[in-house]
Amino acid sequence: LSHGGGGRAMVQLVRELFARHLGNTWLEQGNDGTVLPPISGRLVLTTDSHVVAPLFFPGGDIGSLAVHGTVNDLAVMGARPLWLTAGFILEEGFPLGDLDRIAASMARACAAAGVLLVAGDTKVVEHGKGDGVFITTTGVGEAHPHCTLSGSAARPGDVVLLSGTLGDHGMAIMSQRENLGFDTPIESDSAALHGLTAQLMACAGADIRLMRDPTRGGLAATMNEIADQSGVGVLLDEAAIPLRPEVAAACELLGLDPLNVANEGKLVLVCAEQAATALLATMRAHPLGRAAARIGGITTDANHFVQMRTQLGGCRMVDWLSGEQLPRIC
Amino acid sequence: MTLLEAPVTSLAQHRVRVRGVVQGVGFRPWIWRLAHEHGLRGWVRNDAEGVEILLQGEHAAIAAFALRLEHEAPPLARIDTLHWASQAPQAGLHDFAILASAHHGTARTLISHDSAVCPDCLAEIFDPNARRWRYAFSNCTHCGPRYTITRGIPYDRARTSMAAFPMCAACAAEYADPGDRRFHAEPIACPICGPRLGWLDAHGHAQDGTDALQAAVAALRAGAIVAIKGLGGFHLACDARNADAVQRLRQRKQREMKPFALMLANLHSIEPLALLDADERARLQSPERPIALLRKRGRVDALLPGVCDGMARLGVMLPYTPLHYLLFHEYAGRPAGSTWLDAFDSPALVMTSANPCGEPLVADNAEAVRRLGGIADALLVHDRAIVVRCDDSVLQHAGGQMQFVRRARGYVPRAIRLQADGPVVLAVGAHLKNTLCITRGDEAFISQHIGTLDNAATRAMFDEVAQHLLGLLQVQPVVLAHDLHPDFHSTRYAQTLAARLDVPCIAVQHHHAHIAAVAADHRHSGPLLGLALDGVGLGTDGGAWGGELLRIDGAHCERIDHLRALALPGGDRAAREPWRMAAAALAAMGHGDTIARRFAGQPQALAVQRWLTSGAAIPGSSSLGRWFDAAAGLLGICAVMDFEAEAAMRLEALALRHGPAQPWHDGFRITRDGLDLLPALQHLHSATDTAEAAARFHATLAAALVAWSLQAAQAHDLGVIALGGGCLLNTVLATMLRAQLAAHGLLVLEAQQVPPNDGGLSLGQAWVARQHPASIH
Ligand SMILES: [Fe+3]
Ligand SMILES: [Mg+2]
Ligand SMILES: [Zn+2]
Ligand SMILES: [Zn+2]
Repeated sequence: LSHGGGGRAMVQLVRELFARHLGNTWLEQGNDGTVLPPISGRLVLTTDSHVVAPLFFPGGDIGSLAVHGTVNDLAVMGARPLWLTAGFILEEGFPLGDLDRIAASMARACAAAGVLLVAGDTKVVEHGKGDGVFITTTGVGEAHPHCTLSGSAARPGDVVLLSGTLGDHGMAIMSQRENLGFDTPIESDSAALHGLTAQLMACAGADIRLMRDPTRGGLAATMNEIADQSGVGVLLDEAAIPLRPEVAAACELLGLDPLNVANEGKLVLVCAEQAATALLATMRAHPLGRAAARIGGITTDANHFVQMRTQLGGCRMVDWLSGEQLPRIC
Repeated sequence: MTLLEAPVTSLAQHRVRVRGVVQGVGFRPWIWRLAHEHGLRGWVRNDAEGVEILLQGEHAAIAAFALRLEHEAPPLARIDTLHWASQAPQAGLHDFAILASAHHGTARTLISHDSAVCPDCLAEIFDPNARRWRYAFSNCTHCGPRYTITRGIPYDRARTSMAAFPMCAACAAEYADPGDRRFHAEPIACPICGPRLGWLDAHGHAQDGTDALQAAVAALRAGAIVAIKGLGGFHLACDARNADAVQRLRQRKQREMKPFALMLANLHSIEPLALLDADERARLQSPERPIALLRKRGRVDALLPGVCDGMARLGVMLPYTPLHYLLFHEYAGRPAGSTWLDAFDSPALVMTSANPCGEPLVADNAEAVRRLGGIADALLVHDRAIVVRCDDSVLQHAGGQMQFVRRARGYVPRAIRLQADGPVVLAVGAHLKNTLCITRGDEAFISQHIGTLDNAATRAMFDEVAQHLLGLLQVQPVVLAHDLHPDFHSTRYAQTLAARLDVPCIAVQHHHAHIAAVAADHRHSGPLLGLALDGVGLGTDGGAWGGELLRIDGAHCERIDHLRALALPGGDRAAREPWRMAAAALAAMGHGDTIARRFAGQPQALAVQRWLTSGAAIPGSSSLGRWFDAAAGLLGICAVMDFEAEAAMRLEALALRHGPAQPWHDGFRITRDGLDLLPALQHLHSATDTAEAAARFHATLAAALVAWSLQAAQAHDLGVIALGGGCLLNTVLATMLRAQLAAHGLLVLEAQQVPPNDGGLSLGQAWVARQHPASIH
């Protein structure tokens, strides 16, 4: 924490800035904690820290991302998001103009998602000890009354649905970072999914085994987690996986596998076969699920392998990666 | 090892313990015959450690026996150690017997490798009066299947896939007769009791009543593609002179360019296609029967269109199972006797491993129908199960040196002797061309080639091979070793197993392991200079290494210098598309603005040009493989690779065709950023004669690497240099490096018992792990 006069002055400015954009009656209580009204159902609680470079990218910024990320974590638990808290770590000297844009974007994202920011905190660290701004958001939601969604619920014979194109967020970030300047700029898919998930729960909640948002590590990481948690295998069908042509081209250029690339507004859903058609139709009827597809199924596999049938007719492993995609060819 | 002092009495008794490859190779009957010839009494038996012999008789007779024991072992046997213990003679020994196997002791014995049919067995199957006339499963103690049919030890018929075939009376008599060539030949069989051939259509329906051999030859003659069940898996075969058939095989196998290997009946028929030196003749005819990559004669591409176009070498093997010989016998019109064999003008058969979509070899009949039914028009099968899948071995000769390209059938599970004892290590290799290695005592056992671990079937085979080899060797690893790359399946396998066994798990840098494999191969100890010339391997700094000068001393590895890094525009994609590496080189030369024009045929050319000239920090690689790609891309001889190392192989073929050339004296610079080959690429950039340019590029590369290595050897006071990595399979480069480095007084070590590429990596990993502090208690 900075004890310099500049730091203290900054904290004051930041406080005013947040009040301007995000102020509401809860935040204005001004106590050490916010007292919230009782709700009837079970509570779902989640927290997520957000780090992204660049902070601003086509289709969003770290502010909207911090709201969507946490809202989506609640949504895929089958919960209705209610409240958020936000913690900011700012690097000393971070441009207030940028912070203003971020706060405004957060406010818009909250309003659009129908959630309220009810508590917040800001710390300023010395210059060089942070990377601009980090935002941690915590979300409180109300569980669906009969919700039994769980990562361990997938069963052989189940169907895997994906709500839309893969890799949009990650490639928006990458093309910005690598300064690729495509003719068609790639936009992040950053969006709040709880509206979509609520409709899916209403459509066939009992037949949904689990939902996930394939963020960092992409679809590959998500499917491997599911396979391990549920003790099953997964077989994906490459031809069925929706991809934007510009994302496919960017992946090809950079030599990246879109299955390992991050998404911020996509939903993976595993359901019983009998509900697959109805759920897919529900997805496609929603603005965030227009390109939804049935991308594979759950198999019996003692090794918990995630595999993909390729367009060439082969079958390859879909591995999770521990970090960046490192070259493997010797 | 040697014998005794002078005897007190003339009657003596000795217990002899024999270790090595001594089971399933006719060892006991041979001992039985020796004992009889020298009038000795006692017994011989197999146990888990090898063979044990009790001898009683006149001292002089025992001495004579000992001499022959050391010098006359049967063809497939290899005695590693002999231990003699004298004991008191006993009464009641009247005969020499072969006893049943004893099941005690620590496993030390080795399962023999598979061996080509011997001349005696061959003579029988060509003899119309013999009971094995035209019998495809003839074998004896000197030949036949071993490793590929064996489930466990000790090696007995019951633990092989021959357990399903009870011996008939005639076979049982041969099996029990110590004077017979088939005495205790575990896979013994005949037309009455043994495996049979079958002829299936593409849907797997058996065509009963047809002579399978006759049908197969008729189909091949008619241009069909036939799946043939071999020793370690299925082959896909067709007539190599039938361009339509070859083309059809390529289409159905989705193997557009990769060269096919051939099988011909004899050397005489190979001669019009390829140059053969004495070493190559000997290798081709050896009981291991590898595929030899021979220097192709000029007319091959016209004679055999589509088999190996544009390559310098042609992969050829001789038949190795009775079934293969019988196919040619059928082609020849079923002559009696063996004399036809050498004179016969053999058809050239494409014999390519049946491993669709990069998965392991198909070995099971039902699986063959399911997975090969869409490729083959018919299947020539049999009912002896393949227990262990094992590909054909591939090797090549260059400048008097033999190199493995792939080590598998015929060589596995032969041990590689190490310089010292050490803990049991399981080393798991890397990602491509995977093999694994288990050390026991002072021996290293390297598995057969497993393949690329990017699909579930190959991963399953990896697990299978690991379990099978650990079972055969009867050991549990106390140390695991793997590549530094965190996302290889092999790495995760090792980490998971190490956690389960609660043993240390050691990550070995890729090129450290490449050089270590060569050191292990030569039983070298002490510091040496390592020149790793390779594709990409992960470095300790997180970078993509692959052209490295290392100082290696056991588990210690210091990176002395490296090739100048070239941008890798698109990671593994760049490694498959040489035009991208050429683009990276152009950008480095300051000609980035010409990329889109030069590679106008590539859809991504403009995007790559923008990216490379945008000032973005594109991670680079010091891999020599990528420099080769850049060179091939600049010469326009390979824009996108269809198979691994294709660009470098085409470049090498051009250089070979041109012959020796002068290096460009300004073709390289030794700079603070490493050895810079960009000046050589600048020459290629403006070259008009591609063959000359390819030859001069090789010469320059060799000169550069030699000057660079000598500088390092001097600075670090090292007199020994080990060459490792996949680029050493470039025979033009390897030959020049070897000669020039030696001419400057360095002792040059190269891989001999394992491939220099990733196929040998597991040996190096094991060698490093055994010297790592974590594994020395
Ligand atoms: Fe390598
Ligand atoms: Mg999250
Ligand atoms: Zn034989
Ligand atoms: Zn028989």
